[in-house]
Amino acid sequence: MPPRGVILGLFMAQMTTDTHSGAGLRKARTHRVSDALPGETLIGWLKDMLLIREFENRCAQAYQQAKIGGFCHLYTGQEAVAVGTIQSLERDDPIVTAYRDHGHALARGMDPGACMAEMFGKITGCAKGKGGSMHMFDKPNWLFGGHGIVGAQTPLGTGLAFAARYEWEVMGKPCPNPGVKPGDKPKKKVSLAYLGDGALNQGALHEAMNLAGLYSLPVIYVVENNGYSMGTAIERGTTMAHDLRKKADAYGIRGEIIDGFDVIDLYDDFKPVVDWCRENQRPAFVDLKTYRYLGHSMSDPQKYRTKEEVDQFKGKDSIDRLASQLMGERKGKDGKPILSETRFTEIQAEVKEAVRKAMDFAEESPTPEVEAELYSDVFINPQPNLSPTRDYIHGVKNPLL
Amino acid sequence: MPRTDMMKEKGLTLVDAINEALYQEMERDERVVCLGEDVGLNGGVFRVTDGLQKRFGADRVVDTPLAESGIMGTAIGLAMGGMRPIPEIQFEGFLGPAYDQLTNHAARYRTRSRGAITVPMTVRVPVGGGIHAPELHSDSPESIYAHTPGLKVVMPCTPYDAKGLLLSAIRDPDPIVFFEPKRVYRSYREQIPEEEYTIPIGQAKVVSEGTDITVVSWGASVFECLAALDKLPEDVSAELIDLRTIYPIDQDTIIQSVLKTGRCVIVHEAPKTCGMGAELSAIIQEHCFLHLKAPVQRVAGFDTVMPYYKLELEYLPNAERIGEAIVQTLSY
Repeated sequence: MPPRGVILGLFMAQMTTDTHSGAGLRKARTHRVSDALPGETLIGWLKDMLLIREFENRCAQAYQQAKIGGFCHLYTGQEAVAVGTIQSLERDDPIVTAYRDHGHALARGMDPGACMAEMFGKITGCAKGKGGSMHMFDKPNWLFGGHGIVGAQTPLGTGLAFAARYEWEVMGKPCPNPGVKPGDKPKKKVSLAYLGDGALNQGALHEAMNLAGLYSLPVIYVVENNGYSMGTAIERGTTMAHDLRKKADAYGIRGEIIDGFDVIDLYDDFKPVVDWCRENQRPAFVDLKTYRYLGHSMSDPQKYRTKEEVDQFKGKDSIDRLASQLMGERKGKDGKPILSETRFTEIQAEVKEAVRKAMDFAEESPTPEVEAELYSDVFINPQPNLSPTRDYIHGVKNPLL
Repeated sequence: MPRTDMMKEKGLTLVDAINEALYQEMERDERVVCLGEDVGLNGGVFRVTDGLQKRFGADRVVDTPLAESGIMGTAIGLAMGGMRPIPEIQFEGFLGPAYDQLTNHAARYRTRSRGAITVPMTVRVPVGGGIHAPELHSDSPESIYAHTPGLKVVMPCTPYDAKGLLLSAIRDPDPIVFFEPKRVYRSYREQIPEEEYTIPIGQAKVVSEGTDITVVSWGASVFECLAALDKLPEDVSAELIDLRTIYPIDQDTIIQSVLKTGRCVIVHEAPKTCGMGAELSAIIQEHCFLHLKAPVQRVAGFDTVMPYYKLELEYLPNAERIGEAIVQTLSY
């Protein structure tokens, strides 16, 4: 039981890299699946993480310049989570996530231009500039959306797992989805439902987990536990915060605690969970310890934590760590580190250039046309009262389709 | 389920017709999945899904826990993954816990993803009063969902319409709230075609033609309107329209009728304020103003919570109240 003062928020308990790591509760790793990965794969992960970091930095600038409207929740600090978990999947495993979703979109392979154009509200965005920061959708890459209502995406992940299992178990063939060719056999899939630690207390999650446990659905609830539900520290809002696996226990679901600060460790711990869920068609729940460096959104005074706390976590930054591993102890067949300093500098420059291009693309893209876009895409066909006139044209095709 | 001798002889009830539509569509399309509280083993709270689990198995007719948000969310995920889910919510009041999923997700995906992701889902919901049930089991919330962009709302009241509209709903690529007026679930039998047929969503039905006054209603109230029309003097020629689809509204049928009659009475169970009657009145004054011979009248429930059963018949529009409104409108 935490001190009463903590629950009431009367004093702030500093979170540390030791207390927020799951150390002592995690299972010992029996072997490292990452050992089999080629060096280039790891370099690709580093590039993905750098891309997300740079993308978010430029988003922050653009938001301050009022080029991005609405709300903007940045992923900075959590990059290892999106990259490590998505790299543990097949490319056609479906995922849903919450509103802090740019990282997932980029890690899933969304074109940074389409992602940035969406932020800018431009017609070339992944949702034609109508969804914005919280609603990244990329059907060809099996990303079924960022979601603005906390926790409400979790039953959707359950349903996507249900659909996947239904395909191979009942229909014996896949539905016509992106990448599916006629005659393809159905696959055993795993769906990922990401949520923040704030969503742990939403009823929808518990209904979703109960259903997944009951029906044995291959879904993994990935708690991106950054320690704060907006401004509320996890132990002030969530019971059993010190061991969230107990929540999974209640629903007969496998529970794991994974440290999310080292992407290779994360992969070594997470990939076996994915493989187990896929093989056994069972659900899992993962408390993935991570930390966001910036505020909840762009307007967060951050009174709930100290600068020292943030600095401590920045000290174990996942990008720095991966870069130093690849340039140090991680050796190739030739005995040399798999990443040279020159190559690292080149990659950084490539990433900067890619995001700069995305910014230019977003800037230069047109805004959606009123006549074509304001009234369209509500139903498949036009209906009365959707527009000032009964006749309107359909909007342009989604650029990702 | 296949027809019984009794059905062959006497016709199908609303429940039979819905069951037949579900049965036929599950035979035709293996993507169709029914899910809800007790829909399988027990055949549903009103026995609408009776026999389906026995025929199609527990993987396609899925008993769920009492968890409407989870049922609706899972159904949406199924639809996003390519299936044609039909969640059943036992009573209209129980849409409350599922409201977030229905309105914030299902209704908005086509827009939010700009056409990339759609939710072809039919939510079946028994609706309305008159079965001696308390509030939450007797409400008429259709205007709430008609007011939600992205949802279509259907409410048939005859076995023929229910079968045809349900088959259309399941095949529709957009999410549909399919309200089933529980008061008339078994009150009326009708001979309907055994083969599958569809009725377009968004088309009202002229139940009886007339020239003096238009009466518009939907759900169980249509039968009260018929009773009221029976009691009118013989020289009154009333046109009765069953809206059948609440959204999208079939404006043309109503406008054409009122242009002809110049008078209109709208009848619904839902509370009067902001009920669909208000919307229809506005449509009529927008399009028929100079043809109106009397103000449009509404006979509706009151702006109170649906009462317990001893008073429910005072709350629901009945033939007497409807008849009075018609006579008043005619004598304006």
